[in-house]
Amino acid sequence: MKGQSMKSQSMKGQSMTSESITVVNRRGFLGGVFSAGALILGSRILPVNAAAAPTTDSTWQPSVYLGLEPDGRVIVIAHRSEMGTGIRTALPMIVAEELDADWARVKIEQAIGDKKYGSQDTDGSESIRDFYDPMREAGASARMMLESAAASKWSVPVAECRAKNHEVVHAKTGRKLGFGELVSLASKQPVPKKEQLKFKSPAEYRYVGKNVPIADLDDILAGQAVFGMDARMPGMVYASIEHPPVFGGKLKTYDDAEARKVRGVSKTLTIPPFKPPYAFQALGGVAVIADNTWAAMQGRRKLKIDWDLGPNASLDSVAYKKTLQDTARKPCKVSRNDGDVDAAFKNAGKVHEAEYYVPHLAHASMEPPVAVAEFKNGKVEAWAPTQNPQAVQDTVAKALGIKPEDVTCHVTLLGGGFGRKSKPDYVAEAAILSKQLGKPVKVVWSREDDIRFDFYHAVAAMYMKAATDEKGRPVAWLQRSVFPPIESQDNVNAKYGSFELDMGWNDVPFDIPNFRAECGPADTHIRIGWMRSVANIPHAFAVQSFTDELAAASGRDRVEYLLDVLGKPRKIDLRAPADRKGPDPYMLDTARLRRVIEIAAEQSGWAKKKPGNGRALGIAVHRSFLTYVAAVVEVEVDNKGQIRIPRVDLALDTGKVIHPDRVRAQLEGASVFGTSVALMGEITAANGRVQQSNFNTYPVARLNEAPVETHVHIVPSSAPPAGVGEPGVPVMSPAICNAIFAATGKRIRELPIKKQLA
Amino acid sequence: MIQITVNGSVKQYDGDPAMPVLWYLRDLLELTGAKFGCGMGLCGACTVHVEGKAMRSCVTNMSDVAGKRITTIEGLSPKGDHPLQKAWRAVNVPQCGYCQAGQIMQAASLLAEKPRPTDKDIDQAMQGNICRCGTYQRIRQAVKMAAGVKA
Repeated sequence: MKGQSMKSQSMKGQSMTSESITVVNRRGFLGGVFSAGALILGSRILPVNAAAAPTTDSTWQPSVYLGLEPDGRVIVIAHRSEMGTGIRTALPMIVAEELDADWARVKIEQAIGDKKYGSQDTDGSESIRDFYDPMREAGASARMMLESAAASKWSVPVAECRAKNHEVVHAKTGRKLGFGELVSLASKQPVPKKEQLKFKSPAEYRYVGKNVPIADLDDILAGQAVFGMDARMPGMVYASIEHPPVFGGKLKTYDDAEARKVRGVSKTLTIPPFKPPYAFQALGGVAVIADNTWAAMQGRRKLKIDWDLGPNASLDSVAYKKTLQDTARKPCKVSRNDGDVDAAFKNAGKVHEAEYYVPHLAHASMEPPVAVAEFKNGKVEAWAPTQNPQAVQDTVAKALGIKPEDVTCHVTLLGGGFGRKSKPDYVAEAAILSKQLGKPVKVVWSREDDIRFDFYHAVAAMYMKAATDEKGRPVAWLQRSVFPPIESQDNVNAKYGSFELDMGWNDVPFDIPNFRAECGPADTHIRIGWMRSVANIPHAFAVQSFTDELAAASGRDRVEYLLDVLGKPRKIDLRAPADRKGPDPYMLDTARLRRVIEIAAEQSGWAKKKPGNGRALGIAVHRSFLTYVAAVVEVEVDNKGQIRIPRVDLALDTGKVIHPDRVRAQLEGASVFGTSVALMGEITAANGRVQQSNFNTYPVARLNEAPVETHVHIVPSSAPPAGVGEPGVPVMSPAICNAIFAATGKRIRELPIKKQLA
Repeated sequence: MIQITVNGSVKQYDGDPAMPVLWYLRDLLELTGAKFGCGMGLCGACTVHVEGKAMRSCVTNMSDVAGKRITTIEGLSPKGDHPLQKAWRAVNVPQCGYCQAGQIMQAASLLAEKPRPTDKDIDQAMQGNICRCGTYQRIRQAVKMAAGVKA
């Protein structure tokens, strides 16, 4: 599912076009939100080349809904999940812009999970680039219908009527009618065809490209915002679940006598183990049911359980790491091959080799997995902080043997997601328990559950080799990456990465005549998932660190060297030859990569700041999710090996920007997230059990450890919008490690850095 | 029977005295502003004030607060216009928002003690509050703004 969506990411941006925008019967889709007199538009988007870019989603792709109430309220349905990116604000801004609505009178309603909205899977940094056009079209259609309505009421040509700030104005006479007054008449106007739509010029924008406070700001500051952890249903009970300690383990027997003595505990229930492949299924285990969360957690501690640990009980991260590294040292499966690398190595002057390693990582969103569900009369109603409410419908339906349409999933705010909350195993648990109990159940994962039973970011071992000419420039380049694939979630035999290779591996944009990328096999012993920027993390770390090593060996300035290796500005079509139909607006453009490097270098004072006293700058550049990002990181390393990051400069070119402040916020956040990856993140297993469990053993960057200042430089662009949530992360580890090398002469090739400098 | 004051109203509690204040607030009083993040006092998401001082409610038992005054984010300022809330709004601090109640309560405790905190004071007071979205630089900026010290 994810793989296909990732693979087709550049296709998706260009392949959508409106098929029709129709006035929709209110009862058809959103009972309760709109009043009887509301004008509701549904814009339906169909991918024209669906055959070229197959997805497992249904044929109908994103839909955008907006309604105008006779009282003048404009209601925009937010169908993507809010986990901190500001998407619940940014997508409605686009509608309000084209509608020329007054933002104060725009009401945002969160959609339930429903296929009619198209994909609601909020990941892959896709929301803006997939829904920018549908949102504009919805807003412009409604505006034009309001203008037509006013024109017919005044019996004047429609060209003389303009919507302005929630009214339609007749310029000649100065007459005005509010949107609300026009709703009834507007709904009877013909719906404009896509080719008839007129959009505002950027000079007229009131919201797009400007900053609007996020929709939930006041609620968050007052403690009134509703996250999954805060959801409740009348009569609900609480559950805390003991999962098998080893992935794939099963319950043999258990004794709950002591657990049931805990005040507030009513009973215990079991959840059956998953059937491979693991997908998004519940892990299985023993649930303690109580009348409050704490009692459920206390009761759980008193359980005595005998587990069958299953086939992964011998997993040991030390041995596993060695296996991956050994695999990477031998020829693997070729995934890209330019020129003749072997011949070039034979004739080469100087050959360089290095190995890099990034461990498993956990998402550790501040809100652990949590969900409330009620099974009643053959149907489920759930409230969950989920990135993917349709996957909730499918997963819960499968677990309970009901139809997906009999599962209603309400989406709360998410207390962070980072990819973990695309996978609704925790919602399935609540539904399974509710069916057994006959009442609503709230499942609350502890932090320990979250860290020990995550869908982990995949560990990766990488081997790099290059031959350089007399200027130190690479003439041949070989890279191998070995990691357990995300595809293991759906295929028990999966051993090789698939779409992960399109993430900073096969798409390395260097101007090197002989280039070979390879991928090696790996067995999977724990759940693997995608975490903020996914395989771009290890791949950017290896490629950008190795480039820095070559630059250092050449004695050249590292920025100048990086620009040289990128070569002359050119566009690279990354689509498979079969997919190269028509132009690709998202073609990789090395001129844009060069530009972000130059901006980051300029803004950081690269040319002026010389290394000294344990202080130096490091640079890295990477394109992911169609966005170009360069980082210059300044580090200070003291004589005890303690690292401080006084300043980060991030330059990005992400095409058109809807909400600049939220783009900055995402990049500031990525700077911190990437710092956690570089300095401290590591998940390991011994005897099949994950050894980390809470923020004491799985630390993430705190205020005093995070970069003190992150300066974000947005390249003005009218290119189609690209991804924002993830692409700030991959550059951080290599930029930090490159700075450490410049400051200390010590090259970090394995993450996390932890005590390596002590 | 334990008697406490929560956001100005007197409450009686006769449950398990070992129950952490966090779960009493969230599950029994349905005051959900304070958040569960770690259960060990490691992340600060559950921060409330006990007698005006920041405390981790996930590791503070009901028996520890008998007779005391508790303030949660819901009670910090009835109109949401505490100087920190205003500064947070001006700087657009939150991303997902989950940790922010704890951050604000921690910062309010800091300012009550040190109305003009230095960077070092902020580092020390705020390092116990994790924000996984990484809003730290705006938190620092907002604390300074509320305190009227130069950013």
